[in-house]
Amino acid sequence: MSHLLELDHVTKRYPVGGLFSRQSIKAVDDVSFALDADRPEIFAIVGESGSGKSTMAKMILGNEVPDGGRLVFDGLDIGTIRSREQREAFMAKVQPVFQNPFEAFNPLTPVDAYLFATAHRFCGANDQSHKERLTDEALQRVGLSLAEIKGRFSHELSGGQLQRVAVARALIPSPKLIVADEPVSMVDASLRMSIVNLFRALRDELKVSIIYITHDLATAYYISDRVIIMQKGVVIESGDARTVLDNPTHPYSIALKNAVLPPDPKAAAAAIRLRSAAAAR
Amino acid sequence: MTAAMTTERPVTQAADVLTIRDLKAYYINDLFGVRREVRAVDGISLTVRRNEIYGIAGESSSGKTSLIKTIAGAIRPPMRVVDGSVSFDFGGKHIDVYAEPGKMKAARWQNLSYIMQGSMSVLNPVRRIKHAFNNFAFRHMGLDRAAFRARVESHLQKLGLDPNVLEAFPHQLSGGMRQRVTIALATVCEPEFIIADEPTTALDVLVQQDVLGLIKEVQERLGSSVVFVTHDMSVHAAITDRLAIMYAGRLAEEAPTQAMFDTPQHPYTAHLIASLPRIGDISTRKSLGGKPPSLANPPSGCRFHPRCPIAIDRCSKEVPDMLPSAIGGRVACFRAGEVAVK
Ligand SMILES: Nc1ncnc2c1ncn2[C@@H]1O[C@H](COP(=O)(O)OP(=O)(O)OP(=O)(O)O)[C@@H](O)[C@H]1O
Ligand SMILES: Nc1ncnc2c1ncn2[C@@H]1O[C@H](COP(=O)(O)OP(=O)(O)O)[C@@H](O)[C@H]1O
Ligand code: SF4
Ligand SMILES: [Mg+2]
Ligand SMILES: [Mg+2]
Repeated sequence: MSHLLELDHVTKRYPVGGLFSRQSIKAVDDVSFALDADRPEIFAIVGESGSGKSTMAKMILGNEVPDGGRLVFDGLDIGTIRSREQREAFMAKVQPVFQNPFEAFNPLTPVDAYLFATAHRFCGANDQSHKERLTDEALQRVGLSLAEIKGRFSHELSGGQLQRVAVARALIPSPKLIVADEPVSMVDASLRMSIVNLFRALRDELKVSIIYITHDLATAYYISDRVIIMQKGVVIESGDARTVLDNPTHPYSIALKNAVLPPDPKAAAAAIRLRSAAAAR
Repeated sequence: MTAAMTTERPVTQAADVLTIRDLKAYYINDLFGVRREVRAVDGISLTVRRNEIYGIAGESSSGKTSLIKTIAGAIRPPMRVVDGSVSFDFGGKHIDVYAEPGKMKAARWQNLSYIMQGSMSVLNPVRRIKHAFNNFAFRHMGLDRAAFRARVESHLQKLGLDPNVLEAFPHQLSGGMRQRVTIALATVCEPEFIIADEPTTALDVLVQQDVLGLIKEVQERLGSSVVFVTHDMSVHAAITDRLAIMYAGRLAEEAPTQAMFDTPQHPYTAHLIASLPRIGDISTRKSLGGKPPSLANPPSGCRFHPRCPIAIDRCSKEVPDMLPSAIGGRVACFRAGEVAVK
């Protein structure tokens, strides 16, 4: 059985303190897991901020190099990629969607330019009508259209519109794996459901695997097949998403689960008061 | 105050601090002679009382940020107020934001503060945190340097921050700490009116609860009014007293929060509440069919009609008025109360 992606004892350190300090923290600490090549799935990485989720995403995307261990994508050790061709081919198959769409799009460039550039770079679309067709198809999948965003700048779109554009951009090269780093934390519940439902459809219809990074346990529960829970770089709990989230055993997983605000005014207000009272003690 | 606006409120209510009447604010672009109008705020009336947290919810691009920018008097071209009024009553001091712009400027820090969407990034990355306090708050507090510093430090402590953060650069703080700092900055002058746009959206669940507790605590201590904007209905459930739902630049419904969650009157509100995911439940959540409407060319009649599960003929032809609802709020729908949650 072959793996689409395999992480083998991956560790990443960052220096802390001054430039010459020898101290470091392990942003990711000895993490291993694998995704099957012939069973596309939604794999959730859950944890509070600073737990190492984004660092993991950056390594999977080949943007950061691990200090220990290996990452293998489709039989290729990501650390051994040297040539430009290899790198382009890898990037077409593994596409990112980032958390903050305001940072992902340069305010001085119209957003459609990013989609055209992706169509050109990874799909060899050279003439304008080809680029526009690929772009419009991808935008339609996320409930937008090229007509709506053509020539507009990031500040002229709302946060949620921009995030849908970012997902559309990632779809253009027909990737095998999408690494989505907190893709729904900036969007409303209805749109959030439409994006996570979209991820489901991508998995089921296009056979794309998705690494879904989030601190939102409710959506993780709703769409993922498997989940790992991270704290300070370490995987503290992992397994079938429903099993783990229905009955978390590690105290930190339990705290995270309890922090999910119930969608009911009385219960939610009580949860906030409880936490303030606990903090005051 | 017009009769229409007073009738729907019981007599024993606290005083109104903010009154918005039939407000219209558009983004107007003239590109090569082609006029494009985005009607982001299109005929909104509402009031916010003393000592309450008033929530504004709605999907992305429904105009939430545009509305509160208009309230704060923080609009820039191409945005323009084309009709209506925004006025404040700060304990007898009356300010009509668009009739007397100078007055609003003075009130901006003394009486009102505005925590902008994504405001964690407004902290200047190359300057220490203390500069932000010196730049924004020092002038408005009428204290000498030493007293000012002491006040800031004690304020930070109340918010659970070590005063040493004043010497830190923004990148040395975690997202949660940066958001606490922006809240400290917005509240150090003890404003009567606080506007917060998605202040917890980028935070993880644990920090989010802390920040919500903090806002509630500050609001209760100061007795201020807070206008709290977020798309996240669970956050509104946790913190707001009354809640308004925006759809395509207009209000769809407004009501006491608990009542709205119990018995939403507008089909869009009912959808928002039903679409919330819950742990333990994997039944497929429907997202709304169709697309969010374009505000450059909004649907006729009720703007929700192309996506409404119970639309009737009349809905595409007439605009429903915002009328008193069965749960002590207001609603704009010809078939109010006819859709149940689930
Ligand atoms: N400077 C601008 N020029 C033109 N149109 C704009 C501008 N800023 C916002 N808009 C448009 O106004 C509408 C309302 O945007 P607004 O930012 O108020 O939405 P929002 O409800 O705050 O959304 P979100 O939840 O995504 O922050 C959108 O259609 C947006 O594209
Ligand atoms: N470029 C970097 N330089 C130094 N430290 C970093 C860098 N990126 C992340 N870190 C640190 O690594 C840890 C994990 O961060 P991150 O992966 O961003 O967490 P998450 O995405 O779970 O919030 C944090 O302590 C963070 O401060
Ligand atoms: S007025 Fe008609 S279209 Fe609008 S919400 Fe009510 S029933 Fe639906
Ligand atoms: Mg992150
Ligand atoms: Mg906004």
